[in-house]
Amino acid sequence: MTQALVQIRGLHFSRGDKKIFDGIDMDITVGRITAVMGPSGTGKTTLLKLIGGQLKPDAGEIRVDGENVHALPRARLYQLRKKMGMLFQSGALLTDLSVFDNIAFPLREHTDLSDSMIRTLVLMKLAAVGLAGAHRLMPSELSGGMARRVALARALALDPMMIMYDEPFTGQDPISLGVLVKLIRDTNATLGLTSILVSHDVAETLSIADDVKIISGGKVIADGSKEDIQRSDSPWVRQFIDGLADGPVPFHYPGEPLERLLLEDAG
Amino acid sequence: MKPLLNAVERLGRGSIFLAKTLRVLPKLLPRFGLVIHQLHSVGVQTLLIIVVAGLFVGMVLALQLYYTLSTFGAEDTLGMLVDLSLVRELGPVVAALLFAGRAGSALTAEIGLMKATEQLSGLEMMAVDPVERIIAPRFLAGFIAMPLLAAIFSAVGILGGYAVGVDLLRVDAGAFWSQIQAKVDFSEDVLNGVIKSFVFGFVVTWIALFEGHDCIPTSEGVARATTRTVVHSSLAVLALDFVLTAIMYN
Ligand SMILES: Nc1ncnc2c1ncn2[C@@H]1O[C@H](COP(=O)(O)OP(=O)(O)OP(=O)(O)O)[C@@H](O)[C@H]1O
Ligand SMILES: [Mg+2]
Repeated sequence: MTQALVQIRGLHFSRGDKKIFDGIDMDITVGRITAVMGPSGTGKTTLLKLIGGQLKPDAGEIRVDGENVHALPRARLYQLRKKMGMLFQSGALLTDLSVFDNIAFPLREHTDLSDSMIRTLVLMKLAAVGLAGAHRLMPSELSGGMARRVALARALALDPMMIMYDEPFTGQDPISLGVLVKLIRDTNATLGLTSILVSHDVAETLSIADDVKIISGGKVIADGSKEDIQRSDSPWVRQFIDGLADGPVPFHYPGEPLERLLLEDAG
Repeated sequence: MKPLLNAVERLGRGSIFLAKTLRVLPKLLPRFGLVIHQLHSVGVQTLLIIVVAGLFVGMVLALQLYYTLSTFGAEDTLGMLVDLSLVRELGPVVAALLFAGRAGSALTAEIGLMKATEQLSGLEMMAVDPVERIIAPRFLAGFIAMPLLAAIFSAVGILGGYAVGVDLLRVDAGAFWSQIQAKVDFSEDVLNGVIKSFVFGFVVTWIALFEGHDCIPTSEGVARATTRTVVHSSLAVLALDFVLTAIMYN
């Protein structure tokens, strides 16, 4: 029996009138890389924020490492978050601190390490993402791809038990993409991490993921190991994996049909 | 009806925000460096505009008052009147208006952009409380800086009044200072002015930080929040000034 680090049961969540999750169950198995895929706007980022306790579900519960995230008192939630790294879609670096200070930040906030220890750790983390030479730069001087790699180094700084990556591959050139893919796989293996990987890059994602979940329209439409998914003949899964515009997964944001909208404008 | 409800709702959220901020203030004691850092950006960077404005306001006051006083032959009281106007009213009020325009708008924009670029969420996910790490030090810095800025405004204003009154309009220098010494009461005038500037600093910084924290996280949302900070805190300063003056001098 495999052990679930994250357990999601009956998750419901809405933004205003829009239902984002309509009763989702999901297990993230410990020690594995789980890819969460789905069309843009289905709520993948929202799911990560729910797991991190930044948003509250309307119903259902999320357990991380056995603890019910949304029932924890603040201090315990913060304790738990130290064990969860999160890589934001935008990087979310602190713009008034240099690259070095950004990565040193969680270490300075949460540990009593000496300055020289912190320096060593920070430079090691930066070297792992290939940016040790950039430690003096300010975030405004980084490209989008570099910023995301710095953010990854920062997410790794506290040696978490789990990392959530929100679209780590967007904006990476082929070389750093390869490095990142390898880095995610290696850190997961060597540090004994559990990783949740949100991404649209089907090829890269499938090359490192152990498990795959596909969400669409507020439901989990596919859930299984990578091999299951690749072999699946469900039209939902095939459309997503093969990148087809036509199929059961809607490409268009729900609303009135285009013809009507155009006519409305004219009239 | 709807706008009224919205206003009440915002006030409620603002109060909760304030309560959260005040509650974490004690945690700043061991990390006072954060506050010092903010004192620099909130206080020191507002200093120049305060000094220049104070100088001109003092000089204009002296010109205007001299004109009226000389028709009664009471030029000797010029120093006292300039001082009283500055210390009781103009120092705290004008300094607070400038503070709202310079420091308040900058605070709102900074916090709003941190929200829009997910820096605040990022802090939360690193198990760092943004209220404790970002909001509270700025709040305390604003609260400390504002009375100091108002005091500097008044002091420079009096020097400006002296320059115009004594050097230009030939009022007796001895009379200028001795009237101040004789007629300005410390608790009645100076202390009440200081109390006003503490209240203004509190309110302006609160509004600025809340607007930034509560803004819609887009460029337009940040722009609107910044405008609201300047408008609302200026109005709040003027309204509170009336209330405080009525209570203090009845
Ligand atoms: N702050 C918000 N307020 C209201 N609605 C929001 C907010 N943030 C997101 N949404 C809505 O929630 C839905 C899910 O958003 P989310 O960012 O989780 O999508 P996503 O799956 O991460 O998409 P992408 O792949 O483009 O990053 C979107 O349809 C969006 O319209
Ligand atoms: Mg997203």
